Amino acid sequence: MTTIKRAKGFWLSILLSLIFFAVVQVLIGGGSLNPFYQNTLMFIGINIILAASLHLIIGITGQFSIGHAGFLAVGAYASAVMTMKLEMPFYAALIVGGLASALAGLIIGIPSLRLKGDYLAIATLGFGEIVRIMLLNIDYVGGASGMQVSHLTTWPWVFASVIVTIIVIRNFTSSTHGRACISIREDETAADSMGINTTYYKVVAFAIGAFFAGIAGGLYAHNFYIIQPSNFGFLKSFDILILVVLGGLGSLSGAVLAAILLTVVTTFLQDYPETRMIIYSLVLIVMMLYRPQGLMGTKEITSMFKRKGGSSHEKNKNTAA
Amino acid sequence: MELIQQLINGVSLGSIYALIALGYTMVYGIVKLINFAHGDVFMVGSFVGFYSITVLDLSFVPALLISMTVCALFGVLIERIAYKPLRNATRIAALITAIGVSLLIEYGFIYVRGAQPEAYPNDVLPTDKFNIFGVSINSQSILIFGVAVVLMIILQIIVHKSKIGKAMRAVSYDADAAKLMGINVDNTISATFAIGSALAGAAGVIFGIYYIKIEPLMGVLPGLKAFVAAVLGGIGIIPGAMVGGLLLGVIEALVSAAGYSLWRDAVAFVVLILILIFMPQGLFGKNKKEKV
Repeated sequence: MTTIKRAKGFWLSILLSLIFFAVVQVLIGGGSLNPFYQNTLMFIGINIILAASLHLIIGITGQFSIGHAGFLAVGAYASAVMTMKLEMPFYAALIVGGLASALAGLIIGIPSLRLKGDYLAIATLGFGEIVRIMLLNIDYVGGASGMQVSHLTTWPWVFASVIVTIIVIRNFTSSTHGRACISIREDETAADSMGINTTYYKVVAFAIGAFFAGIAGGLYAHNFYIIQPSNFGFLKSFDILILVVLGGLGSLSGAVLAAILLTVVTTFLQDYPETRMIIYSLVLIVMMLYRPQGLMGTKEITSMFKRKGGSSHEKNKNTAA
Repeated sequence: MELIQQLINGVSLGSIYALIALGYTMVYGIVKLINFAHGDVFMVGSFVGFYSITVLDLSFVPALLISMTVCALFGVLIERIAYKPLRNATRIAALITAIGVSLLIEYGFIYVRGAQPEAYPNDVLPTDKFNIFGVSINSQSILIFGVAVVLMIILQIIVHKSKIGKAMRAVSYDADAAKLMGINVDNTISATFAIGSALAGAAGVIFGIYYIKIEPLMGVLPGLKAFVAAVLGGIGIIPGAMVGGLLLGVIEALVSAAGYSLWRDAVAFVVLILILIFMPQGLFGKNKKEKV
C-alpha cells in the first residue's frame, strides 16, 4: 500500500515539476522573462545542485567538508576544456566535468577520510585551495586571467540536472547505502562495529557529492563568458556551506529551500557585497547559537504532509525547479 | 649564499607564523576549537599598530604594546559573545560559528573602514644591512626574530611559572577535574584567548613592518597557514607551534628559492595533508588511542 502511495506521490511530483518546467520554458520563449530573471533562475538551479551534493556529504554522511568549491572548480574547468578546446558537445562536457570531479573526490577522499571532524574540515579546505592554486599555474586553462567559455547553459539543461540530482540523492539516501551513511553520521564507531564498511561509504558519498558538484561546475562555467580561479576560493565554499547549514544538516528539502532563498537574497544584494557577507556571517552565528540543527533539522517537507494521507512524496521537487 | 639569504627570509616569515600558531594551539588545547577568527585578530592587530604609529605618532614598542592590549580585549570579547554559549555544543556547530565570526570581522571591518589597503611607514625600525660572509642581512629580520623569541620566552614563563599558566595547563588536561579543584574554568579560558590574541596582535604589527602592505583580508591566508604550523608541530603543544611555524616559513622560502614562488601558498596545504595522513599527532604530539 505504502509503496503504491509513494510511487503515486513520486509521479505526481514529477508531473508537477514538468508543468512548472513547461510554464517557465514558454515564458522564456515568449520573452516575458527578462534576462535578469532568467539568470537568477539558472543560479537557483546551480545552487540547488551544489546544496544537494554538499548535503549528501555533510548532512547525510556527517563528513564536514569545506572544500566544495574545489570540486566545483574541477567540474567547471574540465567541462570548459571539453567544449572550448576539444569541441565536444555540451552533454558530454557536463558528464566529463562530473566524472573529473568525482575522480578528484576519490583522490582526496581516500586519504583524508581517515581524518575526523575539525581535521577533515581543514584538510578539505586545504584541498580546495590547492585546486585553486593549481589552476592559477596551468597555462593551458589561462592561469590567473581565466578561460573564455561560450554560453551554453540553458533552462532545460539546468532543470534536467536539478531533477536528476535530487532524484539520485533522494533515492541514494533511502537505500541501504544511504542508511549506512546515516549510521556513520550518527556514530561512526557504532556503525563500524555493526559491520558497516565506514571508509567505503564515506568515500562513496564523497565521490557522488563531488560528481554532482562537478555537474554544477559545468553549468556554472557555461553560464558565464569567462571562468577564473578566483571564482573558486574558499569564500565560494562557505557560500555553499551556508546553504546546507541554514537548510538543516540532514534535510534535502531544507537545503533546496535555503538555496532558493539565499540565491534570491544574493541577487538583490549584488551591489552590496559587504552587506551580503555580513548578513551571511550573522546568519551562521545566530543559527548556531539558537537553532544549531538548521531551519528544517533533519525533517523533510514531505513529512509535514504525511499525516494527511500520503500526499506527494517528493514535494520539494516542485519548489526545487 | 642565495640559499642562506632565503633561509633568513624564511625564519622571519616563520616567526610570524609561529606567533599566530601559538594562539591557535593554546585555544585548541583548552577548548578543542579551531578559532577561525584568529587570523582576523591578527589583521586587527596590524591595523591597530598602523594607526598607533601613523595617527598617534608612537614608536615601535608602544605601538606593539597597544596592539597587543587591544587584541587581547578583542579576543576575550569574541570568546565571551560567540564561543562561550557553545561550550557544550557539537564540534561542528562551534566550527561553523568560528567561520561565521571570522567572516563577520572581515566584512564588518570592510563595511566600517573600506577595503583599501594601507602601507606601514618604512622608518619604524632602522633598516641597516649587514654583510656577514657575503650574506646581506636586514636588521629588520633580526629585530623581528628577536621580538618573536622574547615573546615566546615570556609565554613559556607565563605558562610554566605563573598561577594562571598552571590553571591553563590543568584545564587543558581535564576541564571537569580542574573545575572540581576550584579552578575558575571560564576565566582561564578567557585568559587563554587573551594571551593568544595578544600574540596574534604582535604578529600583526611585525607583519606590517616587514611586508609594508596591510589590508582587511590579509589575515585569512596567514591564519590558515599558522593553523597548518600548529598541526605540524602537534596541536595543543606550545613548543610544537613555535617549531612548526619556523619550519613552515623555511619550507615556503625554500620553495620560492627553487623558482616555484607561485606555488608557495599551495605548499602549506600539501604539508598539512601529508602531516594529517602520515603523522596526525604532529611532530611533538603523542599518539592518542580512541576509546569507546
